[in-house]
Amino acid sequence: MTGDILVFGEIRDGELKKVAKELVHGAMTIAAGTGGSVDALITGTGAEGEAAKLAGLGVRKISVVDDEATANYSPEGYATVLADLVKEGDYGYVLLGATAMGRDLGARSVAKVDGVMFSDCVELGFENGTVMVRRPVYSGKLYLEITPVGGRPVFITVRPNNLPPAEASGDGGEVAARPSGIDLAAIRAIATEIVPLAGGRPDVTEADVIISGGRAMKDAANFKLLEDLADLFGGAVGASRAAVDAGFAEQPLQVGQTGKVVNPKLYIACGISGAIQHLAGMRTSKVIVAINKDANAPIFEKAHYGIVGDLFDVVPVLTEEIKKIL
Amino acid sequence: MKIIVLLKRVPDTEAKILINQEGTGIREDGVKFIINTYDEYAIEEGLLMKEKIGGDSKVTVVCMGPGEATEVIRTALAMGADDAVHIADDALTYPGPFTTATILAKAISENGFDIIFCGKQGIDDDMAQVHCILAEMLDVPQVSVASTFELSEDASKATVGRRIEGGDEMIEVSLPAIVSCDKGLNDPRYASLPGIMKAKKKEIRNKNLADLGFSEVPGGGRSRILKWMPLPKGGECRMVEAEETSDAVRELVRLLREEAKVI
Ligand SMILES: Cc1cc2nc3c(=O)[nH]c(=O)nc-3n(C[C@H](O)[C@H](O)[C@H](O)COP(=O)(O)OP(=O)(O)OC[C@H]3O[C@@H](n4cnc5c(N)ncnc54)[C@H](O)[C@@H]3O)c2cc1C
Ligand SMILES: Nc1ncnc2c1ncn2[C@@H]1O[C@H](COP(=O)(O)O)[C@@H](O)[C@H]1O
Repeated sequence: MTGDILVFGEIRDGELKKVAKELVHGAMTIAAGTGGSVDALITGTGAEGEAAKLAGLGVRKISVVDDEATANYSPEGYATVLADLVKEGDYGYVLLGATAMGRDLGARSVAKVDGVMFSDCVELGFENGTVMVRRPVYSGKLYLEITPVGGRPVFITVRPNNLPPAEASGDGGEVAARPSGIDLAAIRAIATEIVPLAGGRPDVTEADVIISGGRAMKDAANFKLLEDLADLFGGAVGASRAAVDAGFAEQPLQVGQTGKVVNPKLYIACGISGAIQHLAGMRTSKVIVAINKDANAPIFEKAHYGIVGDLFDVVPVLTEEIKKIL
Repeated sequence: MKIIVLLKRVPDTEAKILINQEGTGIREDGVKFIINTYDEYAIEEGLLMKEKIGGDSKVTVVCMGPGEATEVIRTALAMGADDAVHIADDALTYPGPFTTATILAKAISENGFDIIFCGKQGIDDDMAQVHCILAEMLDVPQVSVASTFELSEDASKATVGRRIEGGDEMIEVSLPAIVSCDKGLNDPRYASLPGIMKAKKKEIRNKNLADLGFSEVPGGGRSRILKWMPLPKGGECRMVEAEETSDAVRELVRLLREEAKVI
């Protein structure tokens, strides 16, 4: 095993996800410790064109795999591509985004190379001769600092929006196409299509701004208030479980323990009490604003800014004020 | 159809999680334990499938966890699962995903299966790895984070909606397979009173590592926990107050812009 690092660049809809550059940043941290090099693998339709996005960041070699067998995501197929390259390059470390694809692909691939994987990491460092990661456990109630042992390939999935993107250093980025080497007929699970979320807004896990509503929204139609505000930022609309269970919002919008874990720059909670299971999903947001009628609502203990008031008064005014400045 | 449901015993979502005095784990005293939240959707999907197919279909719960896990296993049996395998061994403290998957793979391959339902992740270690590693070990495909599940007429394959960023990815999967379940897939039933009575008579096969042919904990020695850390303390909430809503909102916008610099 070498000290080299492989970054998996995920393609969705023909585009490289922005977490890829954050992973390159993380990979550089490890490379500084091991003295190894950073390479990348981009798999899927459009991989070759997207490879340019990782050029000039100090990435030595970018392998692109784009053939019939990788046109659609399949855990088995993609894991074969990744694991084969890891074995061939004798990589010591593999970095993936903690996304739907990265989590699934990482865990299947790490089994193929009998390595070790740390999921959903929020920090990554190199200390005392070894890589060290920090990851939340118990739904973010605690953090662990972990280090690999045993000299196996180390897979790390990193949550998007946690590391800064890699900066241009001017060099590197030789692109090399590779065949997938997959027999499509042998694949037993494969994506056939993607049904997009209604509304056309970004996913809560990817948005920089989230406007979330709780039980207090009273009605699905009232979510329009939150949508209007979210759209000013190109942001997402989120919801508490109470709002989802009451049918005011769709399940994919749910934030929290049984919903999604989000990490936006700005999270505005409207009529959400701040139950521990909701906090599990949004407490790492950079700035949290709470709007609640009840000055004693627990959400204010986690918020950075709070307004005690009726959301039906406050939100429309907020939308108007934001409109003025954006 | 041999339907298997994986069950993990985890601390209640409401539980206050504190680090023990030695700093080597969590304090378990006073913590209530429950069925891993996502595993409830797995149990329900297994039961729905059994009801749909009928015949001699059977739902078997497989749980690796301490002796006390019998309680959550009984709950699953009371919901309607037919029998269970409970793997417990004192040597298993904080088993990692490879250890868990290796042991589960052994226990499951003893009786074979057509489909395995499990949760999308344990709400304790939040790894979401076990089912993928298990799928590789058992040489079957997996579909992670299912929000819809449609079995084909001849029960040889399924169309699974898998939650991804911004939508659902539709996956065609042939059986046998492993499907990890998300909230929204179904509405887990409650255990009925007759169900609870019946559960008492259902079989739980207890196994330890030796029973499964392991002379030591397999798959371990891959990582070391350096530190258990409490959450960093949040700052004070700055309450924005004013007579008029519009003044308070204007002040909030100013703070977000000039102080927090997020807009
Ligand atoms: C196993 C499990 C998993 C769970 N997972 C999740 C999860 O993933 N996500 C999640 O969110 N919850 C989850 N929950 C539920 C959680 O415990 C709470 O019940 C839920 O978060 C409450 O939602 P809420 O804040 O919208 O509703 P409530 O707690 O009812 O709060 C409504 C709030 O709105 C305020 N309010 C009312 N009217 C107005 C108004 N006009 N203007 C302003 N404020 C107003 C009230 O003061 C109150 O604070 C889970 C629970 C369990 C048991
Ligand atoms: N010890 C265990 N016994 C049975 N099932 C488990 C165990 N650990 C994990 N699982 C299953 O695998 C899923 C993912 O767990 P994890 O990889 O720990 O996040 C869980 O939702 C369970 O269904």
